[in-house]
Amino acid sequence: MTEKIHIKDKDIVVPGALLAEGLEYLPSGRAFRDGENIYAATIGLISVKGRVIKVIPLAGKYSPKRGDVIIAKINGFGKFGWNLEIDSPYKIDLNVGEISMNYVDLKNSKLADYFKIGDYVFGEITDISESGYISLSAKRRPYRKLIGGNIIKVGPTKIPRIIGKQGSMIKTLKDLSGCEILIGQNGLAWIQGNAEKEAKVAKAIKLIEKESHLSGLTEKVKAMLEEKN
Amino acid sequence: MGSKVGAPEKLIVNGKRLDGRKANEMREMEIEVGVIPNADGSSMVTLGGTKVICSVYGPKEVLPRRNLDTEQAFLNCVYGMASFSTSERIRPGPNRRSTEISKVIADALAPAIFMEKYAGMEITVIMEIINANAGTRTAAINAASVALADAGIEMKDLICSIASGKADGTLMLDLFEPEDNFGEVDMPLAILPRTKEITLLQMDGMLTKAESKKLIDMSIKACEEIYELQKKALQKKYATETQQETE
Repeated sequence: MTEKIHIKDKDIVVPGALLAEGLEYLPSGRAFRDGENIYAATIGLISVKGRVIKVIPLAGKYSPKRGDVIIAKINGFGKFGWNLEIDSPYKIDLNVGEISMNYVDLKNSKLADYFKIGDYVFGEITDISESGYISLSAKRRPYRKLIGGNIIKVGPTKIPRIIGKQGSMIKTLKDLSGCEILIGQNGLAWIQGNAEKEAKVAKAIKLIEKESHLSGLTEKVKAMLEEKN
Repeated sequence: MGSKVGAPEKLIVNGKRLDGRKANEMREMEIEVGVIPNADGSSMVTLGGTKVICSVYGPKEVLPRRNLDTEQAFLNCVYGMASFSTSERIRPGPNRRSTEISKVIADALAPAIFMEKYAGMEITVIMEIINANAGTRTAAINAASVALADAGIEMKDLICSIASGKADGTLMLDLFEPEDNFGEVDMPLAILPRTKEITLLQMDGMLTKAESKKLIDMSIKACEEIYELQKKALQKKYATETQQETE
């Protein structure tokens, strides 16, 4: 049996591209094994670490995982919680018990006292059932209801670039604008600060999304936030 | 098929076809990725005089709910021809032909998609023929394949498709309008280029066993060319994003 690798690190591959031959290598991310060979399942970027070949998707909708931190919108009421919505075919539930560390007394209050339709919540995915139901938890800090601020949409595949290496980009954005920024892995960002700064940060995030492939982005973003108008 | 009013006397003159191509020559194909910003994935394919725009939406919630399949994805393919796409105006909206082609295309695309990974979800593929000059269903499949990849749908392979046929007693690749209208045979075919699995094979007319074998071989060879074009088009859109993405 031959062991052969057909790609190198940071290559770009299309679905069905042959990545490696032989059982020595292991598929990860959006790569799959068919027979003895490894192929790519989506358009993506290759990352080779030892014998593990990973395909990082460059396109596609958000696919939830347990432990992901997301921003979701309240879409309706259930008996003991809310139905939430993200741009994905999954249904999300937020139970009353998951909004606070304290006991929520529904005898003396209504669900609408806590969240109304159209409110946004920042939370963590605790479970995904087989039938596609996601349980969300916003019990512990920093998870909470998002009051005020602005929500903007970004492609979920661009989120790593907005956060930057070890949070460098998001730190730049926060420090220079003085705004509070939260990023959901489902492709939503929440910004709160004074109106002018909010608009600037939104513009900067759009720039990052558009030019995520170019170098020198941090400098550009810095210049953009520091300019006075 | 056969003789019709307005048919050219000969479809092959001096060993060349009416548009100057050789028998095993394809029309020029152009593929553009990401032409519709609001779609999750999109593409435009031009094959000679045939032009098709394809947009892909999903995976998303299945609506109406009766289409829900808990075992695999619901692949909603819609093939349509714009009313201005042919020389004679077509009444807008679905008709018998477009409904049939939509179904045939869905069957051709499904083997390439990880359908079970999208159980209980819907993937919508909308293909609109802007200009028709034979080979619309195969152009639509090529466009859909690229648009699905652009949407980030998990796929086993891309899908390549080409029509071939017989006119004036000669086997030829990629028929254009007069050959399609007045030729003897029209045979669209789609394959998964990695495994060479055939996912679409239709035929109109009569062929001998040897002739059909030759035509299939000819088509598969052309599909390999198309595969390279599709790969190039996709890489062109995403290539720039590789440089700094993981910086």
